[in-house]
Amino acid sequence: MKLAYWMYAGPAHIGTLRIASSFKNVHAIMHAPLGDDYFNVMRSMLERERDFTPVTASIVDRNVLARGSQEKVIDNITRKDKEENPDLIVLTPTCTSSILQEDLENFVTRASMDTKGDVLLADVNHYRYNELQAADRTLHQTVKFYLDKAKKKDELPTDKTEIPSVNIIGISTLGFHNQHDCTELKRLMAELGIAVNEVIPDGASVHNLKNLPRAWFNLVPYRELGMMTAEYLKSEFDMPYVDITPMGVVETARCIRKIQQVINAQGAEVDYEKYINNQTLYVSQAAWFSRSIDCQNLTGKKAVVFGDNTHAVAMTKILAREMGIHVVLAGTYCKYDSDWFREQVSEYCDEVLISEDNAEIGDAIARHEPSAIFGTQMERHVGKRLDIPCGVIAAPIHIQNFPIGYKPFMGYEGTNQIADLVYNSFTLGMEDHLLEIFGGHDTKEVITKGISAGSDLSWDKEATGELGKIPGFVRGKVKRNTEKFARERGFAVITLEVMYAAKESVGA
Amino acid sequence: MTLAKEQPSALNFECETGNYHTFCPISCVAWLYQKIEDSFFLVIGTKTCGYFLQNAMGVMIFAEPRYAMAELEEGDISAKLNDYEELKRLCLQIKRDRNPSVIVWIGTCTTEIIKMDLEGLGPRLEAEIGIPIVTARANGLDYAFTQGEDTVLAAMAHKCPTVAPKQEAEKKERNAVSSLLNFGRKKEEVTQEESEYKDHTPLVLFGSLPDPVVTNLTLELKKQGVKVSGWLPSKRFTELPVIEQGYYTAGVNPFLSRTATTLMRRRKTKLIGAPFPIGPDGTRAWIEKICSVLEIEPQGLEEREAKIWASLEDYIKLIRSKSVFFMGDNLLEISLARFLIRCGMSCHEIGIPYMDKRYQKAELDLLEKTCNEMGVAIPTIVEKPDNYNQIQRIYDLKPDLVITGMAHANPLEARGINTKWSVEFTFAQIHGFTNARDILELATRPLRRNNNLKELGWDKLVQEEANV
Repeated sequence: MKLAYWMYAGPAHIGTLRIASSFKNVHAIMHAPLGDDYFNVMRSMLERERDFTPVTASIVDRNVLARGSQEKVIDNITRKDKEENPDLIVLTPTCTSSILQEDLENFVTRASMDTKGDVLLADVNHYRYNELQAADRTLHQTVKFYLDKAKKKDELPTDKTEIPSVNIIGISTLGFHNQHDCTELKRLMAELGIAVNEVIPDGASVHNLKNLPRAWFNLVPYRELGMMTAEYLKSEFDMPYVDITPMGVVETARCIRKIQQVINAQGAEVDYEKYINNQTLYVSQAAWFSRSIDCQNLTGKKAVVFGDNTHAVAMTKILAREMGIHVVLAGTYCKYDSDWFREQVSEYCDEVLISEDNAEIGDAIARHEPSAIFGTQMERHVGKRLDIPCGVIAAPIHIQNFPIGYKPFMGYEGTNQIADLVYNSFTLGMEDHLLEIFGGHDTKEVITKGISAGSDLSWDKEATGELGKIPGFVRGKVKRNTEKFARERGFAVITLEVMYAAKESVGA
Repeated sequence: MTLAKEQPSALNFECETGNYHTFCPISCVAWLYQKIEDSFFLVIGTKTCGYFLQNAMGVMIFAEPRYAMAELEEGDISAKLNDYEELKRLCLQIKRDRNPSVIVWIGTCTTEIIKMDLEGLGPRLEAEIGIPIVTARANGLDYAFTQGEDTVLAAMAHKCPTVAPKQEAEKKERNAVSSLLNFGRKKEEVTQEESEYKDHTPLVLFGSLPDPVVTNLTLELKKQGVKVSGWLPSKRFTELPVIEQGYYTAGVNPFLSRTATTLMRRRKTKLIGAPFPIGPDGTRAWIEKICSVLEIEPQGLEEREAKIWASLEDYIKLIRSKSVFFMGDNLLEISLARFLIRCGMSCHEIGIPYMDKRYQKAELDLLEKTCNEMGVAIPTIVEKPDNYNQIQRIYDLKPDLVITGMAHANPLEARGINTKWSVEFTFAQIHGFTNARDILELATRPLRRNNNLKELGWDKLVQEEANV
């Protein structure tokens, strides 16, 4: 057992449902007790979805516990098949059905004899996989199912498209800024003269999956979702894939160069260097921003980054490489893929943290006292408590992270959005200086609670006054460093002298 | 069941498939940990439970909540780990970090299926670590949403002291100096206060309500000379009310049938079966019933009710002769429908997760009476509704307002149907005379909003679906 207040990645069935409900005309039936259909609320609320979420439950109640589901699951599948005519019904196991160990595969086989649509059992075990892994697996499973089916029926197109084309794999519902990223990627492909063959799973029809092999290559923008599918397509159809996330100026260029290499190998003869150069220097504002005096003020400022693999890696690289910010800690909650994370970020940060325990992350942030945090909603709340600004860069997210306005993180417009996010997160440069020069506009005298446990030290009047003059956003840090210094040297009362001595010794 | 022998009611009851959307009953920790200030709620379940709580409770999760998950891992499921030792480790950690006066274990679907004996482990661990442990099985196999509170309160009813303890003496001792100083005055005040109440058998109310509502209802009864001896739950676990054999009890919420049963059977109290104090009509009926059982002549209730109705007229104007449809998810449906019908609405269907015809008898009677008096058809009560079928019926009936869960609200709005999110009724203050306005504020909000947008012609925001 584990004492937990908060989790970063959801349970496995959420991943499966995200894939199922991303496709068009696919229905998921959860084998779950009453109340487990909370996914529908999230989708309806966060995505402000206009349509009914195509997810229902085959309820596990006392009777099921006593006698097994018997015909219930099958009835629910055939009923849904009649009511909504879905192309595919995905039977989704949950933690409850994992323990019940009913033969769901058998239900699927029996139900599919009576249904017009296809029926699949999502192959995910609640206790082995989390939301992200389950999503990756379910997408792979669905794609494989339909390609096998097409092969059997001999309907598999064998030719490639005339002009270079791409499948964009991994855009899904409830993904962080996925819709905007997708639009931006399509725009990028258009500018590169590459046709978009299929986008999966979002908005895709399962009938079109058989067309996947017609593309010249696959693009997997997110590390967490789509890799299994891309690997499968590579081994089965010899399709190359590009898995460089086009997030940030340098990485976007790297991604485009890789695409160039991949399609030239198939005889495309394109040269994107001019395009990259033009975009970088004149279209995207991010490169110019790094050079501008605004960004100068950010030099050497400390930041902590935490999130999923894709976004935490990209942000770490952007902050360190493109903006000269000092990333003291980069971390991920994707424990199952931590080697990749380490390899990606180790040269761009001081310390790597792999953890799903939000208390550990909170403590690390408190210890480092960065000027800004880039993390999930949870880190935003840690930041609030510690009085450190935070930009949200990854799920888990709240409704405010599903903006209506166009806010991609990928491609060249994405670099602009990220520059804004970073810049707005740090205290604005001039304001910073003015506060220091004029002793702050904060007239509150007493310092209330810090994050650290109650202090045993007392501050005399002058020192308290002096502390009050320090700008609010660094005051806590000065206070803690001074107290640490005083404690180490055995001072019981902090006077002005002690304060200055502390400042000289530790740069408080 | 003896229910079959009840006299035939004009109310029509149906039961569907139970394929409906509601919150998991573990959500009760969100409001109960806030209500019982010295408690800690430990939900023993899986990531699924945790994910639900974290998302459903939104912002509250960050306010250092006094609740946590005991997340079961594969070793717990396969009994490789010892439940007792695992729970002990976590509870000691909670004791060290938070030092609560009670730890409430919430059993979930998983603990049911693997048959973890929480009721057996609780007392043993309680003795070992010295903190009371209350076990409530609030799982989705058996219960819906607000019934979670019912299971917790039923478990807590066992922990209420039987006889008034020496608490008073203790209190006096603690305040020795102040009581010495104020001795004369205090006593005078107390006796004067006592005389405001009629002499009656002690009455304990049950149901968790926000403190302002508790004060409000207590004062409302005080006006009739009825003294409320205690509330289950109280603000702190250490202040749970004394419940002696023969006391009267009355519920304030329609979903508390297990608690009522426990109080009657195990604590030998007498239950006052009354409509619930929701809406001015319900509040008046509730007070009247309590008074009649305690043999007190109620004073000035009719005028009070009339005054409240008059003050609601601006809202009632908006909904009079409009229709409402309850999809059903929190068990407040019967009381809310009864109130809205009294406001002049008609109601075709009341969906409800579970219908205890005995505990809600008085409320059902009042509903029937209200329909007859207002001259509207008596609604069908659909237990364990089927959301898919309900939506087909909603398309047919085209009600002016659908009260439903968040899963259906946005899709219905996009199809031009006004909705009110039902969960808000659970968290808003809706009890007593004074809060009747709040119910209407909620119920009329979609109508008022859509009145504002009427001119724009943005009713239907989905393209016609292909398959009809």
